[in-house]
Amino acid sequence: MTQIIFYIFGAMLLLSATMVVVIKNPIHAALFLVLSFFSSAAIWLLLHAEFLAIALVLVYVGAVMVLFLFVVMMLDINISTLRDGFARYFPLGIIIAFLMVVTMGMIVGSDYFLTDTYTKIETSNSTSNTKLLGYTIYTNYLYQFEIAGVILLVAIIAAISLSMSKLKITKSTHPDEQVAVKKKDRLRVIKMKTEKKEE
Amino acid sequence: MITLSEVLLLGTLLFCISVAGIFLNRKNILILLMCIELMLLSVNINFIAFSHFLGDIHGQVFVFFILTVAAAESAIGLAILVVMFRNRDTINVDELDSMKG
Amino acid sequence: MSNHMETIYLAIVLAPLFGSLIAGLLGKKIGRTGTHWITIIGVGVSSILSILAYKHHIIDGAPDYNQALYTWLTSGGINFQIGFLIDPLSVSMMVVVSFVSWMIHIYTIGYMHEDPGYQRFFSYISLFTFAMLILVMSNNFLQLFFGWEAVGLVSYLLIGFWFKKESAIFANLKAFLVNRVGDFGFLLGIAAILMYFNTLDYVEVFNNVEQHKDTTITLLNGESWSVMTVICLSLFIGAMGKSAQVPLHVWLPDSMEGPTPISALIHAATMVTAGIFMVSRMSPLFELSVTALNLILIIGAITALFMGFLGLVQNDIKRVVAYSTLSQLGYMTVALGASAYAAAMFHLITHAFFKALLFLAAGAVIIVMHHEQDMRKMGGLFKYMPITCLTCLIGSLALIGFPGTSGFFSKDIIIEAVHHSTLPASNFAYYAVLSGVFVTALYSFRLFFMTFFGKENMSREVWENLHEAPNVVTFPLIILAVPSLLLGLFLIEPLLIGDYFGSAIYVSYEHNVLSKIASEYHGTFSFITHAFLYPPVYLALLGLFVAWLCYIKYPSLPERIVNHIGIIHQILINKYGFDEFNQIIFVGGIKKIGNFLSQVGDIRLIDGTLVNGSARTIRLFSNKIRNIQSGYLYHYAFSIIIGLLMLLVIFVHKVMG
Repeated sequence: MTQIIFYIFGAMLLLSATMVVVIKNPIHAALFLVLSFFSSAAIWLLLHAEFLAIALVLVYVGAVMVLFLFVVMMLDINISTLRDGFARYFPLGIIIAFLMVVTMGMIVGSDYFLTDTYTKIETSNSTSNTKLLGYTIYTNYLYQFEIAGVILLVAIIAAISLSMSKLKITKSTHPDEQVAVKKKDRLRVIKMKTEKKEE
Repeated sequence: MITLSEVLLLGTLLFCISVAGIFLNRKNILILLMCIELMLLSVNINFIAFSHFLGDIHGQVFVFFILTVAAAESAIGLAILVVMFRNRDTINVDELDSMKG
Repeated sequence: MSNHMETIYLAIVLAPLFGSLIAGLLGKKIGRTGTHWITIIGVGVSSILSILAYKHHIIDGAPDYNQALYTWLTSGGINFQIGFLIDPLSVSMMVVVSFVSWMIHIYTIGYMHEDPGYQRFFSYISLFTFAMLILVMSNNFLQLFFGWEAVGLVSYLLIGFWFKKESAIFANLKAFLVNRVGDFGFLLGIAAILMYFNTLDYVEVFNNVEQHKDTTITLLNGESWSVMTVICLSLFIGAMGKSAQVPLHVWLPDSMEGPTPISALIHAATMVTAGIFMVSRMSPLFELSVTALNLILIIGAITALFMGFLGLVQNDIKRVVAYSTLSQLGYMTVALGASAYAAAMFHLITHAFFKALLFLAAGAVIIVMHHEQDMRKMGGLFKYMPITCLTCLIGSLALIGFPGTSGFFSKDIIIEAVHHSTLPASNFAYYAVLSGVFVTALYSFRLFFMTFFGKENMSREVWENLHEAPNVVTFPLIILAVPSLLLGLFLIEPLLIGDYFGSAIYVSYEHNVLSKIASEYHGTFSFITHAFLYPPVYLALLGLFVAWLCYIKYPSLPERIVNHIGIIHQILINKYGFDEFNQIIFVGGIKKIGNFLSQVGDIRLIDGTLVNGSARTIRLFSNKIRNIQSGYLYHYAFSIIIGLLMLLVIFVHKVMG
């Protein structure tokens, strides 16, 4: 049973990922990306990683993809000029990707990774996944957790400072600057030779 | 039962699709950023799979942090994209060749 | 006492060097008078001390002095030293060199009076004296070679003294290059000596000569030669270059481009005799190689006779004396070939005096005639320049071997020695030197009569200013005339029957012709009268008579003879074609090779292909590679992926396979 569910969601994941790559319209691509995140979350649920599945949906889909969509809609993109030249590199890209799949598949599909050796070890069902995760993070990996927070802070500051334009859109006045203005800040006198008119 | 190698294979395929996406796309930087997200997703699947099959919670801890960093990175990437669009008025990858040798 | 003498020997060598350095570096400061005083004092000191050393070694009979003064370098077990070997041979040469040089220094005051390069000239001739003394006093091959090269260098500097004249530059290059060819052979000889004897010291080499008497060496063509022959032939090639034997004689006539004093000093009295001196010094080596002695005989005989012929057709007064020098050098070489080393040295000494005298007399005539050198424009100068004429007459008589003069003794002994020699080539040599006596007399008196007697052919202004040469010029002439007349009388006995050269010259028993002559010797006066029984005196007198006929009695006779023997005359005028041959084959060939190497080798190959070619290749290559950095993000990502793929393949291969 789990296997079938796994295959269905797996297929959905792969399909939507392919659509992300192939589709012309970036908005549609972003939506397909959302779909792939959802299916991935479903797979994680199957693998007993509940907290992370929900975190994926909440954080990734809810925040990051929304951000993506904001940007996509904000930028005035000329859709018709997109995706030209796709076909030219298509064969080479496919070949490379295929080779990669084959190579990596040879490793992961081999005997080393079959379940005979690695069976799911029965853990106690008393502790929920979230609790377990919490225990580990807040005791062993506390420092790294704090660092992660700092990284997010840095990202906020960076994003703001990068995209903040210096245009002054407020209408407030600075009377002290206005009064302190001198003639030479506003006026420049140039001496010029008189030009005679040609007779 | 799901076998480990099936899940890993899934992760592999996802990774390869996203890699193909990176160099097949010529025109849109946004797609590039999305493919990077897909790559990170495939790695996460890998970690979860191993965490599940080895009974070790550390895989999930790692995914937690990857998620954090990926979010931060996409935010900054989008900010850079916005600034670049303001300057050049295009997000066409083909026109970003000022580092040409 | 030996310390005493050591200082004297050092002073002999260093005084001229000192004078030369002062004249060269400070010449402009101390002015002309200061320069000539310093250099004349330097060479004068050297000359007087040489006479002192001569008295010490020959008259007082002191033992030979052989000391190393300074070790320059020790390498591979061989000591390279600076040292002196003072024995009768070297001390005779020292006296000749320093005394003639002194006379020339005095003469130069008058000759170079108006020349702007006055100080430079004095510096050079003093330097030459130093170099020649080093050569003569050395006790090892290295110092000999140093002196050899140094005299060659100074000769180059002096021949091209008037360096603005193109013919002078041509001549000095020619002299240097031809000398180089000789030096190449010389160096090979020295190298062979070093290889077989492991030392460069004369005495050590001479003591070990017996060991290598029969050693053979296999040369390039697979034939095996006796080592002594190879060494002697190589050394003789050096002597051929320096002493202007055929075919390396071509530089000497051209060297007359230099001022007359140096023609007298270098190309008559001293430098050209270095070759003869060297062969005499190496007599222990040459005695062991009959092949070399034969070759020396042949070459000397050819030079003696054929160069004499060339002297008959020259019109430049200096050229006649130059060819005369070549011919007399041939005589000395013939004496060496006949193993009569003492006779060769004797002729060297007497020749130095009378040939220097002749050159200086010619120079006196040239300056009085305002640098006119063509004999056809002279004549009848006897009335105006009596002293010059008289000294020239004495020199010419000595040259032809008139009985009683020094030249007579030395030449006669040579002719006798060749006659007595048992070598196969001695027959040819004998007839050559005998005919040479006639030719010598003919050309020397041709010069004498054309210059001092006969019709006066000079231009009006010159004729009005004719006078005797200044005293500084005639003084050396008179001084040099004395030994030309009298030296023979004093030296003949000690040389022939006395042990004049002592152990300096070694002659093996079967070659010892001089002892045979000595056994027939009955005293100086009887030697003179004895000569009248043999051809040489008559040939000389015949030559004198023919010259008188052609140039005084019937002046139109020479022209008629020339018309009859047209083609021979042409060959003689062209100096047997040696110069043309050298110019076309050697000079032309080397120029072509140089051109080829420069154009093809240097410009095309090295510059074009290697230097520029590598730059061009790199540029092409980098142009292609430059395209990799396209600036496109996806290209870079692509290359990352490809790299990753390759690493994966390798990894899988290792793990799976």
